[in-house]
Amino acid sequence: MSSTETAPATTGEIQTIVAARRLTGAKVVFIGVGRPSTAAILARMVHNPELVLVYESGTIGAKPHRVPLSIGDGELAQTADAVVAVPEMFNYWVQAGRIDVAFLGAAQVDRYANLNSTVIGDYDAPRTRLPGAGGAPEIAGGCGEVVVVAPHSTRTFVERLDFVTTVGHADPDGVLGSIPGAPPEGITREGLGLRGGGPSAVITDLGVLQPDPATKELVLVQLHPGATVADARDKTGWELRVAEDVVETAPATADELAALRELVAR
Amino acid sequence: MADVVDLPTAIRELVRDGDAVALEGFTHLIPFAAGHEILRQGRRDLELIRMTPDVLYDQMVGAGAARKLVFSYGGNPGVGSLHRFRDAIEHGWPHPIEIEEHSHAAMANRWVAGASALPFAVLRGYAGTDLEARTRVERITCPFTGEVLAAVPALNPDVSIVHAQEADRAGNVQLWGIPGVQKEAVLAATRSLVTVERIVDELVPRPGGVVLPGWTIDAVAEAPRGSQPSYAHGITDRDNDAYRAWDVVSRDRDTFTAWMGEHVLKGQAA
Repeated sequence: MSSTETAPATTGEIQTIVAARRLTGAKVVFIGVGRPSTAAILARMVHNPELVLVYESGTIGAKPHRVPLSIGDGELAQTADAVVAVPEMFNYWVQAGRIDVAFLGAAQVDRYANLNSTVIGDYDAPRTRLPGAGGAPEIAGGCGEVVVVAPHSTRTFVERLDFVTTVGHADPDGVLGSIPGAPPEGITREGLGLRGGGPSAVITDLGVLQPDPATKELVLVQLHPGATVADARDKTGWELRVAEDVVETAPATADELAALRELVAR
Repeated sequence: MADVVDLPTAIRELVRDGDAVALEGFTHLIPFAAGHEILRQGRRDLELIRMTPDVLYDQMVGAGAARKLVFSYGGNPGVGSLHRFRDAIEHGWPHPIEIEEHSHAAMANRWVAGASALPFAVLRGYAGTDLEARTRVERITCPFTGEVLAAVPALNPDVSIVHAQEADRAGNVQLWGIPGVQKEAVLAATRSLVTVERIVDELVPRPGGVVLPGWTIDAVAEAPRGSQPSYAHGITDRDNDAYRAWDVVSRDRDTFTAWMGEHVLKGQAA
């Protein structure tokens, strides 16, 4: 066992660990399945034992021992502080702004962190039909901030989304022309009537992108150990802006790595 | 009062070709047994309504029972694609299918409007998305504040079917665990069927229990393990291996068809 415990963190593990670190100061996080769920449970184990986990199925304050396969696994309801119906979840909790941070994934992400999870290709004759919106559009419109977790590749980080499922920072300077009904000079998320701060970070397996405070365009601000600016540029489908002082992600600590591996093995 | 009947009788009496049918259950209490009975009875041309089509609607779409699908998330949770759903939309197999898709928040509110006998519901939704042009949503101005909101039409299916843990002999139903939109789906529908794990002499109140009085339901049918591979909280466990295995079964049309013949359609009425 000692050999696995001392093996260096994989890029996927670093991505999860960085996502977990972002929850150190959060009170309430809204999560879907997969890596975001793993990250939120890890955050409760290592950084923030009081963190309230909210799953779309209506389980508020769930304390899963294992990473659930679905957002409705029985352990989530068994361990929750409250279990509510789906209309209540979206109306009283998400729309009313009671969630601090939401994790979202997507098949495509653009430079303003708008997301596509509907279709690749033409809507009426899709190359790949994806699952669809689920809760994402209103989660991104109602939660305090959104953290996007996605693999870094030119398939995912695209110049223009095939379909705008979820608005991140919209198209504030009219650069994309992709928000339906927006004037040529562009539109902000506030202009669309969306609440909450929108995407605050995009965490990839190479590093972290954050919106420029003024222009809202995603900027590479952090690189994981071993990743380079050239890697990130190669794997981004637009001319990626890079911060002057890109920081290197602190390596996974022994505690983080041991906790993550123990969690995944449960 | 609900009639307590066997499942084939309930489906025969309540579900007709061409109906708008909702089999609801948000990851929990998905009425698989009822859906399979619909397929065994050969119902066709259905408008299938469900927030999360899940494996059950993948089976019903792949079997060719659906004319139209109304949904908000068509994935196999935690596993990946619903391959029959994709094949129907991408390649029109076994026949082309009409789709009408929404967000979860919109679908949930459509159910509330349907249960409330209101024509529509309001929410903050869809602004700036390509969904707005592809779905049934209109803008409405709040008469009190002037805020522009999304209006979405009520859902009122011909039939709603849900699964619950228990019913008593008078057809009163109780479910607990994740409640999803089952209460709304039953109250919004013209006709309704609840399948249950077991019929009991007396319903004992459960923490978080949702009770549907028997007079709000047309029929109750006993269907032990009737939500597997989904689950009935406190009685059965979610069969996550079956959800993973479905990814393999459903990828290939022939494998899927053979599997359905063996596991679902066997014993089909002539």
